[in-house]
Amino acid sequence: MSTAAPIPAPDVAPVPAPGSPLRWALADTATLAGRQLAHLRARPGEVAGAVGFPILLLLMFVYLLGGMMDAPGGDYRQALSPGLFTMTMLFGLSATMIGVLTDAQRGITDRFRSLPMSAGAVLAGRAVADMVVSALALAVLLGAALLVGWRPTGGPWSAAAAVGLLLLLRFSLLWVGIWLGLVARGPGALTAVQTFEFPFAFLSGVFVAPVTMPAVLGAVAEWNPLSSTAAAARELFGNPGWEGGGWVAQHAIAMAVLWPVVIVGVFAPLAVRRYRRMSR
Amino acid sequence: MPPLAVHADGLRKHYPGSPAPALAGVDLTVPPGTVHGLLGPNGAGKTTAVRILATLLRADAGRAEIDGIDVAARPADVRRRIGLVGQYAAIDEVLDGRRNLVMFGRLLHLSPADARRRAEQLLERFALVEAADRPVSGYSGGMRRRLDIAVAMILAPAVLFLDEPTTGLDPRGRAEVWSAVRALVASGTTVLLTTQYLDEADQLAARISVLAAPRGAGGRVVAEGTPDELRARIGGDRIEVVVRRPDDLAAAAAVVSRVAGTDADVDADLRRVAAPVPDRMAALGATLAGLAGAGVAVEDLAVRRPTLDEVFLRLTDRAEVGA
Ligand SMILES: Nc1ncnc2c1ncn2[C@@H]1O[C@H](COP(=O)(O)OP(=O)(O)OP(=O)(O)O)[C@@H](O)[C@H]1O
Ligand SMILES: [Mg+2]
Repeated sequence: MSTAAPIPAPDVAPVPAPGSPLRWALADTATLAGRQLAHLRARPGEVAGAVGFPILLLLMFVYLLGGMMDAPGGDYRQALSPGLFTMTMLFGLSATMIGVLTDAQRGITDRFRSLPMSAGAVLAGRAVADMVVSALALAVLLGAALLVGWRPTGGPWSAAAAVGLLLLLRFSLLWVGIWLGLVARGPGALTAVQTFEFPFAFLSGVFVAPVTMPAVLGAVAEWNPLSSTAAAARELFGNPGWEGGGWVAQHAIAMAVLWPVVIVGVFAPLAVRRYRRMSR
Repeated sequence: MPPLAVHADGLRKHYPGSPAPALAGVDLTVPPGTVHGLLGPNGAGKTTAVRILATLLRADAGRAEIDGIDVAARPADVRRRIGLVGQYAAIDEVLDGRRNLVMFGRLLHLSPADARRRAEQLLERFALVEAADRPVSGYSGGMRRRLDIAVAMILAPAVLFLDEPTTGLDPRGRAEVWSAVRALVASGTTVLLTTQYLDEADQLAARISVLAAPRGAGGRVVAEGTPDELRARIGGDRIEVVVRRPDDLAAAAAVVSRVAGTDADVDADLRRVAAPVPDRMAALGATLAGLAGAGVAVEDLAVRRPTLDEVFLRLTDRAEVGA
């Protein structure tokens, strides 16, 4: 040291509190979920956008495009609303991806990785917060649909089951979003995913019956996981569904459980593996 | 004997898809309780080395230990002992300064009360009290940097990595960071600091490793020692003569070369002749006498120690030409 500098007083830092690994994993998950929810409070505009967009679509479909739709049961609102709920769950995918990608690019993920905290807590924190947000968005959208005349007639338990299936779909797409956010190299990938969300929703039974599509597209649309969830939600909400369709359409509720389970089974391990391999 | 705070042996890293390796065998030895400077030009591999030591990146070959613990074999144990301030501030932009400190305190497993108390202490220490309730997105670069360092100091880690901690700070901000680093070292933390500012390494570091990546062949340590040893390594003191008349340059160069026992460097624009000399006082007398004898009109004559910047440029240049 060429210049003599006064030695400042030593720093007295606190020591970590005791606790079992499991307890800390839960506490870390809560801390990280709390961080994301605090973001929402700090940026109400973004939340309004995320919740407002599906509502805008709802209003557009009901009041502007409804007239040209040939709806089962004559009232397009009844068949449309469960489809919109499903599509809102799909939009959560890019929301998750944005969050994961931003943290990775800002170096936050690296800082988390340098802390004595389990990888599971980082992913679980994200999962909890995103699910809370999606549940709130869905609640608001359900309310808006009721206001414009959507009427579930299946009874409270069926309606709860429908909401459960919608959130199950969201939960499975969450893992796709985390995985995509971790493998993406830049914002370009995000734009690509956002661009494909819409066509992906339209290539399904969310808004129209797959049987009305050209043969190949119709088959693809029928097997689209969104179709199963939308059909199951219509069935459970007691709304009229599309006529016809093959085996998948006949077993909508079973498929609306099976698809998400398969998606989680594939993408959750991929996401965890990708997170663990960030050090390569 | 306590284990070394940082010990790296033959670290190699080649990023997939990159044309050349980033590290081509880096060794580092840092005893506990000291500050070690890792000095190198852009692309020398400083960040890569730090990321390997901080368990964020796996080396292709070689081994590294923190406090005697292998970073590849027991990353979780290493993470309990380190703090990391990356080259780019890694704090939450949306939250305010205080919430950032409390959040990271909780993630470091402090009790809620301790996390809050520590946050106040660090806000105070880093002159962030007034900004504590504002979102970080509205902070200046220097404030961000200070908050980033404060976060890394929450637990007083055994080993703290600072990757260019004062890049972009004004002199006051740098002084604050330096004093915080000294306080940590006084309480027993070992610091590994990368920097491009030589005065920073000179101010803080007991020893310096100079990292260079000659012709893209991958970073390696081209020199290691105390700041004084590095100065001595490139020839110690230099004598410099500025002549009044350009015509006298040749005569002055002859005198200085004879005294120094080596060819003097001549800078015609500055009318300056310079050469490294082993014994400053003897060289001064002999040069004065020689110049007077040759009838050279002298404007300025000085013997001075090379600055660390000169040392740095020499060492890395030498590596670039492959010497
Ligand atoms: N993720 C990466 N993928 C590919 N190459 C990389 C990556 N990160 C760094 N490199 C390359 O490795 C070499 C060393 O980079 P590194 O960031 O470690 O240097 P540095 O000394 O920290 O430079 P600087 O002073 O600019 O921060 C450079 O040639 C760089 O281009
Ligand atoms: Mg760097």
